[in-house]
Amino acid sequence: MHQVRLQIKGSDEARYSYSIDVQISAVLQYWSKPKNYPLFIRSVPVQNELKFHYTVHTSLDVVEEKISAVGKAMADQRELYLGLLYPTEDYKVYGYVTNSKVKFVIVVDSSNTSLRDNEIRSMFRKLHNSFTDVMCNPFYNPGDTIQSKAFDSIVSAMMVQAS
Amino acid sequence: MQCLFTSLYTSLAQQLPRESMEWRRSYGRAPKMIHLEANFVQFKEELLPKDGNRALLTFPFLHIYWTDCCDTEMYKASVKDDMLRWQSTLRLHGSVDWLIVVVESEAKKKNKTNILPRTSIVDKIRNDFCNKQSDRCVVLSDPLKESSRSQDSWSAFLTKLRTLLLMSFTKNLGRFEDDMRTLREKRTEPGWSFCDYFMVQEELAFVFEMLQQFEDALVQYDELDALFTQYVLNFGAGDGANWLGSFCAPVKRWSGLLLRRPIDMEKRELIQRGEASLLDLRSYLFSRQCTLLIFLQRPWEVTQRALELLHNCVQELRLLEVYVVQGALDCWVFLSCLEVLHRIEGCCDRAQLEANCSHTVGLWTYATEKLKSLGYLCGLVAEKVPTSEDLNRTVDLLAGLGEERPETVNSLQSPYKKLNEALSSVEAFEKHYLELSHAAMEMYRAIGRMRSARLIGKSLAEFYMKKGDPERAEGFLDDSLRSYVAEGWSLQVTHTRKQMAECQKLLQQTEDYLQTSALLAGDANLTEEERKHFCQEILTFASQPPAPSGEHTHTTVALSMAAFAQLRQMQFSPPGAVVHVGAALQLELRVRCLMPVAMQVEQLAATLHFSLEQGGARGRAGSAQRRTGQGPQGQGDGVVLFPQGSPLAGAGMGALLPPALELYEMQDRSPSDSSLTSTGVVCKNMHLLLRRHDSSASLDTPTAGALPAAVAVDDGAQMLRARDITLQPGDNSILFTAPTGEPGSYTLRQLCGSVGRVQFVQSHIYPVVQYEVYSQEPQLTIEPLSDNLLAGIPQKVKFTIATGHYSVKKGDALQLSNTDSMPILHSSCCSATVLSKRMGESALSIQSSEKVTSISLPPTPPYHTLEFQLEVLCHIPPTPFKPDIERLTNGEVRHRPKSHSHADSGMINIDQKVSIDCPWSIYSTLIALTFYVPFKAKHSILSAGKRKYIQVCLQNVSDTNFHLADPVLTERQPTVSMELLSLNVKKQQPVCSQQSVFCLWEMRWAKPLPLCLQCAFSASFAPVSASDTHTAFKPYRYEFQLDRVSTLYSLKAEILPPSGDQHCRTGALCGLEVSITRQAEPSETEGEEEESTEIEGLRTTKLMYEVVDNSSNWAVCGKSSGVVSMPVAASATHRVQMEVMPLFAGHLPFPNIKVFKYLPHNAVPAIQPDTDSCLENDTISLLDKGLDDQGDTASIRSRGSVHSVGSGEQQRGLPMPRLEPFSPGQVFYWSQGRQVLVLPVTDDHVMEVNVT
Repeated sequence: MHQVRLQIKGSDEARYSYSIDVQISAVLQYWSKPKNYPLFIRSVPVQNELKFHYTVHTSLDVVEEKISAVGKAMADQRELYLGLLYPTEDYKVYGYVTNSKVKFVIVVDSSNTSLRDNEIRSMFRKLHNSFTDVMCNPFYNPGDTIQSKAFDSIVSAMMVQAS
Repeated sequence: MQCLFTSLYTSLAQQLPRESMEWRRSYGRAPKMIHLEANFVQFKEELLPKDGNRALLTFPFLHIYWTDCCDTEMYKASVKDDMLRWQSTLRLHGSVDWLIVVVESEAKKKNKTNILPRTSIVDKIRNDFCNKQSDRCVVLSDPLKESSRSQDSWSAFLTKLRTLLLMSFTKNLGRFEDDMRTLREKRTEPGWSFCDYFMVQEELAFVFEMLQQFEDALVQYDELDALFTQYVLNFGAGDGANWLGSFCAPVKRWSGLLLRRPIDMEKRELIQRGEASLLDLRSYLFSRQCTLLIFLQRPWEVTQRALELLHNCVQELRLLEVYVVQGALDCWVFLSCLEVLHRIEGCCDRAQLEANCSHTVGLWTYATEKLKSLGYLCGLVAEKVPTSEDLNRTVDLLAGLGEERPETVNSLQSPYKKLNEALSSVEAFEKHYLELSHAAMEMYRAIGRMRSARLIGKSLAEFYMKKGDPERAEGFLDDSLRSYVAEGWSLQVTHTRKQMAECQKLLQQTEDYLQTSALLAGDANLTEEERKHFCQEILTFASQPPAPSGEHTHTTVALSMAAFAQLRQMQFSPPGAVVHVGAALQLELRVRCLMPVAMQVEQLAATLHFSLEQGGARGRAGSAQRRTGQGPQGQGDGVVLFPQGSPLAGAGMGALLPPALELYEMQDRSPSDSSLTSTGVVCKNMHLLLRRHDSSASLDTPTAGALPAAVAVDDGAQMLRARDITLQPGDNSILFTAPTGEPGSYTLRQLCGSVGRVQFVQSHIYPVVQYEVYSQEPQLTIEPLSDNLLAGIPQKVKFTIATGHYSVKKGDALQLSNTDSMPILHSSCCSATVLSKRMGESALSIQSSEKVTSISLPPTPPYHTLEFQLEVLCHIPPTPFKPDIERLTNGEVRHRPKSHSHADSGMINIDQKVSIDCPWSIYSTLIALTFYVPFKAKHSILSAGKRKYIQVCLQNVSDTNFHLADPVLTERQPTVSMELLSLNVKKQQPVCSQQSVFCLWEMRWAKPLPLCLQCAFSASFAPVSASDTHTAFKPYRYEFQLDRVSTLYSLKAEILPPSGDQHCRTGALCGLEVSITRQAEPSETEGEEEESTEIEGLRTTKLMYEVVDNSSNWAVCGKSSGVVSMPVAASATHRVQMEVMPLFAGHLPFPNIKVFKYLPHNAVPAIQPDTDSCLENDTISLLDKGLDDQGDTASIRSRGSVHSVGSGEQQRGLPMPRLEPFSPGQVFYWSQGRQVLVLPVTDDHVMEVNVT
């Protein structure tokens, strides 16, 4: 059996990029500290959830390393897909970072060989699209954990497909 | 021949690789410059490759025939045959790569002089052997000599040699590769063996390696690697290949990678024999890849690939279901990691290593992990010594390592030794494990991967916990926990917190342990049982009696409320949250209890911060909304909602997330014209957002459970208390009664719930919850019951007493000081109403004395309203206290109404001040009541010749209808001579609102009237609605004064038609004859007043007359005004003739004729001693405004100029004579209202009739 795990983490940088007041920009400074709390996290199956959470959390190290490795000037042209973050004995961890520094992480069981780079890449793209839809929802408060059914179903569909 | 070659060999071997050749390759691969190096071997037929043998390493690429034969005979005799034989052998083996070298030397030539020219031998050879390939025969001349010729021939030869060698190599290599591919394509065939193929492709790799083409060599290995991986994957997918069977054999040796040898022949042989295990193959492959990568100066790729390899091997073994002794793989991985690291350390310097931590740290971590799992497996991570079972397992594992490799026998730090040592004893294991862990952690820290570092720290903590060393574990756990909490990862938080709890329990950090337990008990990630367990831990502690001795044991333990319960909302009742002192204010607190079981809370108390607010009465109504509405979710109806943390975050996590921005629109308008100067958005909770983050770790965010000591509850402060509550899991509602003892504002500061010895404390409550208690001064107001209070009749006024903080006791009374103008009427049915929630009514007793009216009040509690009604009467002052008389007569004198008059209705008002002594104050309260006089009276005097009438007009200006009765007019100082005859018929009549009643009296007198008459009009009135008409009638009095009543002059006008005509006609001049007749002798008093002049014994009075026709009916022709001197004698008559012209036809009223007293200026009698009877000047002519007859004014001027030559100019600067009107009634105008018929001029009229 293969396992695919999906996970998205938030950072809230640049959420207030439209600020017009000096006071806000001071706030922006404060908010720009990456917080890296999970916006959405889902795993199938659930028995190893804790280990999986640890893996995802640790992978943020690499995500941050990769983001900072790309120079500031290059940030605009940066490829969103970060590729394989690092392998572990059990999982392969892939990363993706949106321009607003929201991080997506997909963790795939190492024994799953059917998912190649391209598939992962398209999964991320789908996730990103769906996430954008969530953000467009005026009732969604940016920074809250995602509870959108549409998003959830897309993630579920992807995980069923992948496993 | 051999000796010839040996003589040349050295220089040949040296010079061949000296220059590089361009190597063009097939399949579009990029050309490369390579140096050729050749191994020269004496030709033997056995060495020629058999058909199909493609051993590339030993393959003869080029066959060279060396000869120094220079004479034809010899050539023909032996050399040629020899060559032929050689050639045929080559052909037999299909080799076409050969070369014939003819070495020439001067020495030989010299010896044999008669030989054929040297070219001929070469030619012959060429002719015989190289039929089309002339380049296959090369001449090397004098190779052993240092001459330019020899140099040239050497270089030509070498170039040729290289070209041919490379050509042959390329050709053979291509053929080899083709064969290899063919072999690979056969891999689906049953007999195909990966190992055989491996050997073939590896040979290619070797060749490339020999050619220094490491890249290409690596490619060969990578291809093999990929091929093998694919097979394993296919196997996993159910497509197994037979040959894979050998790799599925149980792993017997796990000695780890061996990277110190360029080629591990041992393993290679195993592969060659098809006996290699998967680990052997992988190890061998990797060792080759590693060697090549290090040649390529890519050590960091080695580490990366190593990690992949190790992960991959573990996976593959799992996939192939190969039996491995438990722990064996760990050993293998551990050894391999260290081996790779050693290898890398061997080829890099320290600085390089430190700069590339990120590449090696993965291996370090992996090794650490594996060592740890080995340690757990072999019972080395425990407080006790390993069991025999553990020891057996250890022995088995060590056996699988085999002997130490000879390369590392002498090294002290070899992986093999390390593993052996680590598994030998608990202490050694700890040493090695800690060493590795710390190394990995340091590296992670160095490259900023803090999360990874903490993860290792956490596993170290687990290790310490197993070792029974919680002191050392605590730090690591705390560190991890903090970071998880900070980043909001709930599962990790829960897990780590559980470990933390265990650790704190061991350390006997009671308070911290309880705090952690509280957090865990409310943690939704845990199972019900676990939560209950932790909850029970708290309850157990709480019910324990405090430790009897020891200063450090606190009797109570304060824990954060956040773990225990979340505040949801607070609701004030009444919702305004502003009450008066002593009023009931209830506060409903909704709390979500996070505990899994119902909690018995002995006391839930909220401390209050009391601040004495200045001007307590101010904070009412409006400000109450503002205050409770301060919070972000504050609502107007007294509800304060508390922001909720994310539900996922669990207890104590919500506070960590930064609060949401509270933005408000701000508009700045200029004060003058309220135009917008600037607009913006203001963040209201900036102080929360901008505070330093690290300093905010307060009671709300208990991470490790360390609470600041300053949470002691101040018992002295006022508090809201609720006792003995049971908090059910989930939402609870608790009702507090707020203290309202003192006026001021109360802010809720701390919330503290006590459960036995445990107190749950919330150090501050945000958003701010506060309420206000105000104290109110007692207040008395008196207001009319109706819109306006009417003077003259009894009116009801309402007394309202807001008791405020004063409680009206029995016997308290209001003392109203009486005034004459406003007595207070006692009515029997007086009762007071106490307004509160319940209406209470009680009788009111009123006692009146000479000066005060005392109203005793019923006892009333504070903050109630007492109401009662009282009837008062305001007497109408007899005279209008101001001469607000409006003389309607001719509208000549008009006094402006004073401010007393009511603006719209013209009612006259009376401000009546009431002075009241209240029991609560030593000062008197002055309250002004405004009464309105319901009537307005006007009088006028009417004349008919000498007869006089007085008319009084009484206007009802109020909104009430009245009955008016008994109007009487009297003289105030009665004179016998005068009599007032009433002409009024009705005794009583109604006066409706806004209507008037007229009363008339005729004056009769015998003696001459005094100059001034004082009259008083009085009547009774009562509202129509009044029930008892007799008592209700109240007097109304109006006093007035009449001056100069008697008629002095009568004025008679006559209009005479032009002579010869019976009627006046329009446009025709008529005569106007005005006769002024003196009616009476002036009385003495009047005479003084009248300006008279004595001229020649005859007293005359000057009068000025004026004809004014305001209705433009008449045109006065000639002069319209003039001054006449009237003799002061009865019946003296003066006639004035004037000409007027009617402008319209019909019955025209007579023009007005006015008469004034003409008073020459007294100060200048000398200048004008003789005033002409016909004096006119401009000021007088100004009175003629009504007449716009140009001719008339012109005539005035002309007359003026005739009659007063030179005086007209003079008089301008002089004081003017005065004109003074007569009092009403002094002049009687006979012709008032007369009309005269004016006929139209017939031919003047053109009637236009339009018929349509």
